[in-house]
Amino acid sequence: MAYSEKVIDHYENPRNVGSFAKEEAGVGTGMVGAPACGDVMRLQIKVNEQGIIEDAKFKTYGCGSAIASSSLVTEWVKGKSLDEAMQIKNSQIAEELELPPVKIHCSVLAEDAIKAAIEDYRKKSGAVSAAETH
Amino acid sequence: MEREGFECTYLEVQENGLVDLDAFRAALRPDTILASVLFVNNEIGVIQPMEEIGKMLREHKILFHVDAVQALGKVPVDVEAIQADLMSLSGHKIYGPKGIGALYVRRKPRVRIEAQIHGGGHERGMRSGTLPTHQIVGMGAAAELAVQSMESDSRRIRQLRDRLLNGIMSRVEEVYINGDMEHRVPHNLNLSFAFVEGESLIMALKGIAVSSGSACTSASLEPSYVLRALGKSDELAHSSIRFGIGRYTTEEEIDETIELVASKVGKLRELSPLWEMHLEGIDLNSVQWAAH
Ligand SMILES: Cc1ncc(COP(=O)(O)O)c(C=O)c1O
Repeated sequence: MAYSEKVIDHYENPRNVGSFAKEEAGVGTGMVGAPACGDVMRLQIKVNEQGIIEDAKFKTYGCGSAIASSSLVTEWVKGKSLDEAMQIKNSQIAEELELPPVKIHCSVLAEDAIKAAIEDYRKKSGAVSAAETH
Repeated sequence: MEREGFECTYLEVQENGLVDLDAFRAALRPDTILASVLFVNNEIGVIQPMEEIGKMLREHKILFHVDAVQALGKVPVDVEAIQADLMSLSGHKIYGPKGIGALYVRRKPRVRIEAQIHGGGHERGMRSGTLPTHQIVGMGAAAELAVQSMESDSRRIRQLRDRLLNGIMSRVEEVYINGDMEHRVPHNLNLSFAFVEGESLIMALKGIAVSSGSACTSASLEPSYVLRALGKSDELAHSSIRFGIGRYTTEEEIDETIELVASKVGKLRELSPLWEMHLEGIDLNSVQWAAH
């Protein structure tokens, strides 16, 4: 498998590896994929009071392209609003990393991980604000 | 053969990768004409009970084809002892040239095969075409050397294999051996590193030529069918690495490999959400995974 230099760079120096406590305020967690399929991505975002993603962390079980895709999106979502982050498309990830056709699914998974993390954050914060109004 | 309308039965192997002789016997039908067995498996190195299978097939007058490509030079290959009727060999697996192989065809009792290459009727009509003399000589010389050095090679390689296995096992947890360790050539060590995906580990083991699954299927994303046949979970099949040890492997190379494997598996586990969940005591089978 020939990898692009960008994939190798993210693979060898992954950005933002780690985890936030799931229950922490402002944290949204998205976990996509399955061990049986050979890749699992967990992306976490930390959203501030202005609704901006101020930090992101990931852990990924998967091939080099899967690791690189998730590392890249942690960089991309930082500083974005939730709506802006929702706009990130798998094709942009695949293009940036020059993924070969058999690895496109890694970029799809990374896009899904962003959406899942945002959804989780919205569900949690929605529940909180709903609770506050009572 | 299936394409020509013959019915084929594919036998499952046991958890250790070996054929179950009773299941083999039970699968034979009155109209069975041919059985084909891999003498030594290319992914996990297990040695099948060839003498027992050969005897059974001869009793039933069923032709026995043996793929001995991975066996030659590693274990004694004797067509009489295993009663093989047809046997495939390959030059490059015994340090010979690529592009040449051999098919043994038994004369007594006679086995008749139909030519796949037609033309001038060379090789008694079985394989037409001008013979590549240099390739034939090269494979012959390689075979001679392989047989001469088989015992000493195997002894040395077994020591290296044990060194590699013990080194990895003492440094890394959650490592699983794939395939039987007793009925196995020492040249192969196939391990699953739980919670680490095989391809990413290959990428990390720069400078060491290892594979995940077989080289034949490296273009596909499916986990090794051989490991799945052993009843391994898909996750462990995705996490497997095959180490090959050969005539020219040195002790220093083994030690470097142990170092590299220990440090890279550690690094990839730091990256792995599955490892984190494992450390937290979460049973991965109890998790509802999002399909994709
Ligand atoms: C068991 C086995 N049989 C057959 C082959 C094919 O040999 P060749 O590529 O020389 O035709 C291989 C590997 O290449 C093998 O491992």
